Amino acid sequence: MNNSAEKKLALTHLWVAFGAFGLAAVMGLYQVIERSGFFGFLESRAVYYASVSTHGVLMGFVLTTFFIMGFGYYTATSSLKMPVWNLSFAWVGFGVSLSGVVMAALPLLGGAASVLFTFYPPMQAHPLFYIGATLLVVGSWFWCVSMIVMYTQWKNANPGIAVPLAMFATTANAILWLWTSVGVAVEVLFQLIPWSLGWIDSIDPGLARTLFAWTLHPIVYFWLIPTYTAFYCLVPKQAGGFLFSDEMARAAFILLVVFSLPIGFHHLYMDPEQGHGWKILHAVGTFVVTLPTFITGFTVIASLEIAGRLNGGKGLFGWIAALPWTNPMVLAIILGLLMLIFGGFGGLVNASYAMNAMVHNTAWVSGHFHLIFGGTTVIMYFGVAYYLWPILSGKPLFCKAMAVKQLWTWFIGMIIMTTPWHILGLLGQPRRIDSVNYNNLLTLSWEPYEVTMMFGGAILLYSSALLLINLYKTQMGTEAYQGEIEYAEPIHAPDDLPEYLNSFKLWNIVIAVFMLIAFGYPILQFFLMETFGSGRWGV
Amino acid sequence: MHIDQLEKKWAGISLGIAGLFVAVILGSALFHGIHAPSNVETIDSARLHLSEEFAEDNLGAQLNADGSVTVRLVAGRYGFYPKNIVLPAETNITFRWVSLDVIHGVHIPMTNMSTMIVPGYVAQVQTLLHHTGEYPMLCNEYCGMGHAHMWSNLKVVSKTDWANMNNQGEASHE
Ligand code: HEM
Ligand SMILES: [Cu+2]
Ligand SMILES: [Cu+2]
Repeated sequence: MNNSAEKKLALTHLWVAFGAFGLAAVMGLYQVIERSGFFGFLESRAVYYASVSTHGVLMGFVLTTFFIMGFGYYTATSSLKMPVWNLSFAWVGFGVSLSGVVMAALPLLGGAASVLFTFYPPMQAHPLFYIGATLLVVGSWFWCVSMIVMYTQWKNANPGIAVPLAMFATTANAILWLWTSVGVAVEVLFQLIPWSLGWIDSIDPGLARTLFAWTLHPIVYFWLIPTYTAFYCLVPKQAGGFLFSDEMARAAFILLVVFSLPIGFHHLYMDPEQGHGWKILHAVGTFVVTLPTFITGFTVIASLEIAGRLNGGKGLFGWIAALPWTNPMVLAIILGLLMLIFGGFGGLVNASYAMNAMVHNTAWVSGHFHLIFGGTTVIMYFGVAYYLWPILSGKPLFCKAMAVKQLWTWFIGMIIMTTPWHILGLLGQPRRIDSVNYNNLLTLSWEPYEVTMMFGGAILLYSSALLLINLYKTQMGTEAYQGEIEYAEPIHAPDDLPEYLNSFKLWNIVIAVFMLIAFGYPILQFFLMETFGSGRWGV
Repeated sequence: MHIDQLEKKWAGISLGIAGLFVAVILGSALFHGIHAPSNVETIDSARLHLSEEFAEDNLGAQLNADGSVTVRLVAGRYGFYPKNIVLPAETNITFRWVSLDVIHGVHIPMTNMSTMIVPGYVAQVQTLLHHTGEYPMLCNEYCGMGHAHMWSNLKVVSKTDWANMNNQGEASHE
């Protein structure tokens, strides 16, 4: 099958993703330096908050969304062995998303949208920011439609046969994202845009936060699913082995989608506009969603063990040494899992209803999500990029040793940056501060940690540069490379799969019921009680 | 369908772990008294000065008949008002927070007094402060350019000192 058009589509998305990443990484280093307060001439809160807002949007929304779309298109065409459905439709989606990014970037860079990536009202940004963000999401819905159509077409053409796991996971993510984005879409369309344009004068920040919480948790799984897809479908093959279990992988993806949606209130534990009982309900769900991650950890490590033993590794731990540590994708997963183990403990603290009060909105939180999201999730995006770039561009990877070095420096930089960041949180430092001004001795204890973070940030920026240079040089190479993506084989082929592990019909109904239970009354209550809206406030 | 024996075991173990977590949080939520603000009480943030409860004269600490203390504070860019308060240690304290502008958050480091302050709502937190000393109260939700400058001071004194201060007619908010 000639899929060069698909490759171009995927590669263009991925370049937007990593371009945004590169820009945001530069801002990241500036931020750790500015906030430390050691360089007086740099101090400017207006620039700092414009930068953090842009960095958050680029890393959180642009890198992720474009990576997911690009990887998804190529996964669909290569795993189903069919062309991408309606290519021009896909390009229109790309165009809509990209124009949204450009539109939002104008006020962001100009300092007219310094409301951070969570844009909590009643602080108001320029309307272009909200409209741009909406277009980014609307463009991604084109992708969701595309994935669901391709999945359905393939299923209809191959009745009773298991949908390839990689496509099953990608479709799961498309469905997850459609459900996820409803919350923020309602907030932006019915509250923020009309309010920022002056059509309505006040909005309820409590309702806005509730709707945002609808999106804020599952969006993390939207970012994570491509990483897990690579864990299950690409890594075992790269490591020289087999996938331990195809069925368990499907079960894990279904659990992720179903249980990540109705639990967003763990972001509202400390909020006054939702009651105790609802918070506890979501807290319980939050622990249920650890289940698929435990399953993933097990299946993936078992798959790696199989590979290590096939490579001749012996003994209890010998198989670890026998893994191909210089294969970028394998190295990425090893380092990613290490960061997941560290980060997992932190996550348990956040998620416990009682302990959350200690760390809520402190620097701990920023440290935690840089480790899990900037670390585990994104390092796998790098691993996938090194694998896909030669395939998509038709040129061999410029330098493998450089890739290995890049992954190691990313890991080391993350550990050096996020460990002190967590400690700062325990020492009471609030998140999102541009400088330290409190007239309290406590702040003296923060200084050494601020210094350490700067070193971490510098290593991370160096690492980002290595990545981008490698990808760029690959693309510019003169040699030709011919290869297609190779998916990992499961030990047991999934031949007599029950329908509930091959289809999402049942699960969509389950999700609808869960969402009704978890968000029905909590949203309805705002219309039942007397509430007082807020007007418009600048930053 | 093929599920490996080992995998079944592990799924069971995972379920057990998740169940254990759930039991622990439910237990701690039900028996140890949780201090999250969940009172769902609305208020018009634009007219706080006209409200009975949060009019300027009523802010600060107030001793209740049962020996507990209620503290009313208003968050506004960029401070928590009144800016200096003194509270007794080892006493049941109810904080009642409101915002007069945007969303703020507040925590007292090393304690479990933490809440978001959302305009339109009263955030109520109950707690006990165990250690005497000076504490900053820091804004921990981005609220605009001056976010890093938003704090006020809390002094925790022993119960008897606090009672003496109040008896001498000193305002509880210095
Ligand atoms: C080059 C390495 C990086 C450095 C030095 C860096 C540094 C920072 C700093 C200092 C902040 C401000 C946080 C606060 O004040 O609480 C921040 C915010 C943020 N970072 Fe990074 N970061 C880096 C990479 C990443 C990556 C890879 C991601 C995710 C893919 C990411 C996502 C975010 C997000 C979403 C925010 C906004 C947080 C908020 O608004 O509270 N960062 N970063
Ligand atoms: Cu969450
Ligand atoms: Cu504030």
